[in-house]
Amino acid sequence: MSVWRHLTRGLGVLTNRARADRELSDELRHYVEQSAAERMARGSSSSDAHRDALQEIGNMTVAREHVRSYGWENAIESIIADLQYAVRRLGNAPGFTTVSVITLALGIGASTAIFSAVNPIFFAALPYPDARRLLMISDRSADGQPLDVTFGSYLELARRAHSFASMAPIRAWQPAMIGTGKPERLTGERVGADFFRTLGVMPVIGRDFQTGDDVPHGPNVAILSNALWQRRFGGDRDIIGRSIKLDDMDFEVIGVMPRDFENVLAPLSDVWAPLQYELTFGAQSREWGHHLRLVSRLAPGATVEQARGELERIARAPVQNFPRVPWASLDNGLSVTSLQADVTRGIMPMLTAVLVAVMLVLAIVCVNVTNLMLARSAQRRGEFAMRAALGAGRLRLARQVLTESLALALAGGVLGMFVAELAIHAIVALSPPELPRAGAIRLDGTVFAFGFLLTTIVGVLAGILPAVGASSHDPHGETRESSTRTTGSDRGARGMLVVTEVALALVLLVSAGLLLKSIDHVLAVRAGFDSSNLVTMQVQQAAPRLQADSAAASRLDSARNLEWYNALDAVRRVPGVSAAAFTSLLPLSGDMDTYGVHFEGDNDSKDDGAALRFAVTPGYFEAMVIPLRSGRLLDARDVGGAPRAVVINESFAKRKFAGQDALGKRLRFGPEEGDWYTVVGIVGDVKRSAMDVDAPDAIYVSTAQWHWVDQVMSLVVRARGNPAALTPSIRDAIWSVDKDLPISRVATMRELVDRSLSDRHFAMLLFVAFGFTALILAAVGIHGVLSGSVTERIREIGVRAALGASPGDVVGMVLRRGMMLTMAGVVLGLVAAALASRVVASMLFGVSRLDAATYLGVAALLSAVAAVACVRPAVRAARVDPASTLKAI
Amino acid sequence: MGESNTDVIQGTLDMLILRTLSLRPMHAFGIGRRVEQISRGVFKVNPGSLLTALQRLERAGLLDAEWRQTENSRRAKYYNLTRAGQKELGVKTKDWTRRAAAVARLLKADG
Repeated sequence: MSVWRHLTRGLGVLTNRARADRELSDELRHYVEQSAAERMARGSSSSDAHRDALQEIGNMTVAREHVRSYGWENAIESIIADLQYAVRRLGNAPGFTTVSVITLALGIGASTAIFSAVNPIFFAALPYPDARRLLMISDRSADGQPLDVTFGSYLELARRAHSFASMAPIRAWQPAMIGTGKPERLTGERVGADFFRTLGVMPVIGRDFQTGDDVPHGPNVAILSNALWQRRFGGDRDIIGRSIKLDDMDFEVIGVMPRDFENVLAPLSDVWAPLQYELTFGAQSREWGHHLRLVSRLAPGATVEQARGELERIARAPVQNFPRVPWASLDNGLSVTSLQADVTRGIMPMLTAVLVAVMLVLAIVCVNVTNLMLARSAQRRGEFAMRAALGAGRLRLARQVLTESLALALAGGVLGMFVAELAIHAIVALSPPELPRAGAIRLDGTVFAFGFLLTTIVGVLAGILPAVGASSHDPHGETRESSTRTTGSDRGARGMLVVTEVALALVLLVSAGLLLKSIDHVLAVRAGFDSSNLVTMQVQQAAPRLQADSAAASRLDSARNLEWYNALDAVRRVPGVSAAAFTSLLPLSGDMDTYGVHFEGDNDSKDDGAALRFAVTPGYFEAMVIPLRSGRLLDARDVGGAPRAVVINESFAKRKFAGQDALGKRLRFGPEEGDWYTVVGIVGDVKRSAMDVDAPDAIYVSTAQWHWVDQVMSLVVRARGNPAALTPSIRDAIWSVDKDLPISRVATMRELVDRSLSDRHFAMLLFVAFGFTALILAAVGIHGVLSGSVTERIREIGVRAALGASPGDVVGMVLRRGMMLTMAGVVLGLVAAALASRVVASMLFGVSRLDAATYLGVAALLSAVAAVACVRPAVRAARVDPASTLKAI
Repeated sequence: MGESNTDVIQGTLDMLILRTLSLRPMHAFGIGRRVEQISRGVFKVNPGSLLTALQRLERAGLLDAEWRQTENSRRAKYYNLTRAGQKELGVKTKDWTRRAAAVARLLKADG
């Protein structure tokens, strides 16, 4: 009741202050009239009565103020009054206000934008119900690295572990869809029947997979993504029950996923079908291959720790029902991570670095605004002293200054949201493809709330020092003095702030410089082949049907091999093509395809490790321009039935056969069957990605001599001119051989090079942007402090000039102060940068994190910019007219 | 004015206002004068404090206020006691009587 009254009455006053004031005056006037009337009734004259009545009530204004100061609304009104006063004061200093607001907008905008990118990855839950209970289970290699699990291990875990409500194995799948329009290669997954139940998302139309779908020879059923359903089937609801052709097999569409379903494990997936592996299998079968990911959901009541413990116990205690193979013995235990951690693992170092960078920018912004405010309040000493003399308490003065900085921050924050909106667009456009959940980056409620919180924090932080300064004035000392003198300690504080600012800017610039240099290095490092004028695309044959006997299988293999060669001939006939070849593995594509190698005469086959497999058509080396070091390249001789030949790369040969000739050595590669392969040639190294310091071991074998015919091959075409322009005619040439061959991943090699650098590139761009901002802010800070000190010391400068100091002396004095601050900042910054470079260390390439040239270069750049920032205040100081200053004393 | 006037004892003003209004609704001047008259001029009521106290009691729900037309057709704000105000007055009176009696006993008791 009374709270309600307090609230309504207070609001009544706030919304209609005029009426509240009128009522109060009416009441007071009535009081005076009554009092006067009483006196007149007692016999006083009218004028005496009135005078006495007024005297009784005291100063009418004081009485009114007394009554008015009651109530909570009064506190709000004084805040509003402070705010109005602050806005007026800021309006009177447009230069200061503009610079501060823009500075704040940049800082708050940049931080908010980065937060919006980081929020869905680090903080927000993944878009699944109870997403924190989703765990990824992986096998572990001898060196502790997570390893994809085998189907055999999955079966054992699914039966033996009880801490999980469900788990589902996932295998990447890239089926070709033919029969409806253009052939298309889809990205998809073969999954356990529990996959969608584990994630907790159901198809929006149709049904989910059922137990019994993911068993050997189970039904061929498929669930489509909403995007594929819209793109290829026009969103037709009758799709359910229809048959589509994937890899030459008929699949019945049983469901379509909701539009907002996000598959964080494979964001581009368009189709899912059950994984139908055998339940009993030998050691050589695919069921014992490490190629499955395993997602699981904790059982109700189970904790992550329990689950981890249970899996660890199971790993250490094999049972007879579940025999294991040596390479999936689980001897090294199992690794259990949250799905969230799994998704963010790759991107973590980059995001951390960017986050640290943006916090540095924000710190510089705070320091800068604090500095500007300090400089201004030095010029406002008279005003503060006057208010203090009029009875404003210290707290009241401090509050006024804080209100001002909050008002600035608020204006900066509002403008900052626009900056953030622009920056978010830029981030999404530039983000590397590995950035998970890029679709969730936007300016939503959470991001807004963050921006507002940040604005408040920045407003308070930037205002603390100036507020303390304003409240510690001695009103008696300073009203007497003219208003432009500064105490030494205050000037020291501002000097320190500039030093801090320069140091922070240096840290950012050094990181940006190191990243820039890394990218340069990477681009300069030869990938091992000529990446200019190359266009690449992936071509896929339909998956082979199971053949009744081996003779039929080998007939089919020859037919399929022939198709590759026919396609290649057609491509070579396209005008403008100078060379073309197929390869099973494309450098820089990010794909991996490794097989065990066993050299003849080595007893311990484990020691030979694995090498990348390149099954190529003859002419591959010529098309890629990979240099031959010794021996010969693969050529038309190396056909099926001819002696098996391989070519290996230079550093592999050196490592394996140090001092000996690798040519003529024999090896087994992949399945341990058939004749030995003989090393016939050694070629130059090719980087797997542009970033690799070391070239991986690689073995090249002719497609005709490999154990099977690959279903998917990458075509590399060297053009005489612009390679991208040739793409349509190359495509037509391939389709002239078989119109059902899906073609995908069309890209020039140049694009692949760029893409392999994208996350570094992204971080580098952000760092350069932040570093540039920091540089400007530091310049603004130096300029502001020097201008302020020139204004404050104008009398001193005038006296010096009068005493014979030349303009040159005066300029030197100002410059000296500016450069001394800068140098202190640079020295401090160099130390800080050396420490902070750890954060970017993992992203550097070919450059030490303590690269002297970068550090010195950045220090020089910063000093030069600082010197420029000193010029204007120095010139202004030199123009001080001694006569007029002396007169003004 | 008179040297024998004393400010209302801190904390008792609320009670005096409530007591005065328990007879009939009154405006601020009337309340002030009545307190002074009944106390035979012992208590002097400062108008500023009186108005603030009235506002406070009104906010607390112990009083209601309404604007009325006076005889000479001026607006005057009249206060009257709410039910909560009556209850509060009862509590305060009891409490005060107890204290006053205790103080009186203390002052009468010799040595």
